[in-house]
Amino acid sequence: MIESSYIWMIAVLLGLGTWLIRFSFLGLVGNRQMPLYIRQMLNYTTVAVLPGIAMPMVLNGVNGGIEPLRILAALALLAVGVWTQHMIKALAAGLLIYFAGGWFIG
Amino acid sequence: MSASGSFGRGFRDGCINAIPFAFVMTPFGMLFGVIGTEAGLDIDQVLGFSIFVLAGASQITAVSLMSEHAPTLVILATSLAVNLRMGMYSAALVPTFGSLPMWKRALGCYWLFDQPFALTSIDLVRKPQRSVDERVAFYLGVAIPLSLLWYLGTYLGAVVGESIPADIGFDFAVPATFLALVAPMLRSIAHLAAALTSIIGTLLFYDLPFNTGFLAAAGIALIVGTEVERRLVNPRKEAVSND
Repeated sequence: MIESSYIWMIAVLLGLGTWLIRFSFLGLVGNRQMPLYIRQMLNYTTVAVLPGIAMPMVLNGVNGGIEPLRILAALALLAVGVWTQHMIKALAAGLLIYFAGGWFIG
Repeated sequence: MSASGSFGRGFRDGCINAIPFAFVMTPFGMLFGVIGTEAGLDIDQVLGFSIFVLAGASQITAVSLMSEHAPTLVILATSLAVNLRMGMYSAALVPTFGSLPMWKRALGCYWLFDQPFALTSIDLVRKPQRSVDERVAFYLGVAIPLSLLWYLGTYLGAVVGESIPADIGFDFAVPATFLALVAPMLRSIAHLAAALTSIIGTLLFYDLPFNTGFLAAAGIALIVGTEVERRLVNPRKEAVSND
């Protein structure tokens, strides 16, 4: 059994620390101009971060191992997204292949 | 159009953009609710985590480490490392939101999790004509409904004590929504190079401790994207800012 006050302390400290991370640049840099190279780099933040979060989740199947269907569905999603330039269509294609494939395999 | 009108339009657009993510927010929140309850937290405490922290993966990390009786410093350092990517989000939004008054920045950054950041930065390219106020409204239109669903999911998971079983595929839906955000950007060679670097780097550095592998991969991906842009998209002439 974990002490109740300890749980609250962790929750508050983690919340505070997370807020500080989120506040960091927005709070400290504010209205000042950052160097051009940095601003160019930060235009790639979404593509530099999200694939790295998603890929291990795609590769780790429900039972721990690699499931070809998940990789296939992820690739189909990416292909439809590049082709149609449309987030919802890409998502629909990926989920359709994943669920239809799962149902087909059983 | 009046200022309040543009705020309403931005907020509504944000809500619409958030819809696909609404479906994964509650199940993911339930997952945390269940993990937290099983670790010995009561409903108030589980909800407290979701309200104070509002960052799923780090909450799960913290609660798991607590139930293993890890030292306090290890719990905090490991869980905060999961959230360091949000420092990149904070930096990336400086050109957009840096001009806002301090209290708005301090308050608004509470919601700076993956989906509000990604959708706001995509919208920045698609709708460059929005005013700062309309853009804040867009950001909040994504963030507030999703955060409410996160609290709701947490509550349901803690009360019901059962999450949606992973084998119905919800665990695939979460990464799928992230990939769907990224896919439309991959027609640009520089963005494609950054995305591939992120994937390869994360896999290569997977065993590094404290999430450092993922962060290093993201940092290298930023540089790769920028360098490809400078060489291929804008050779010779000094590259211009496209923010």
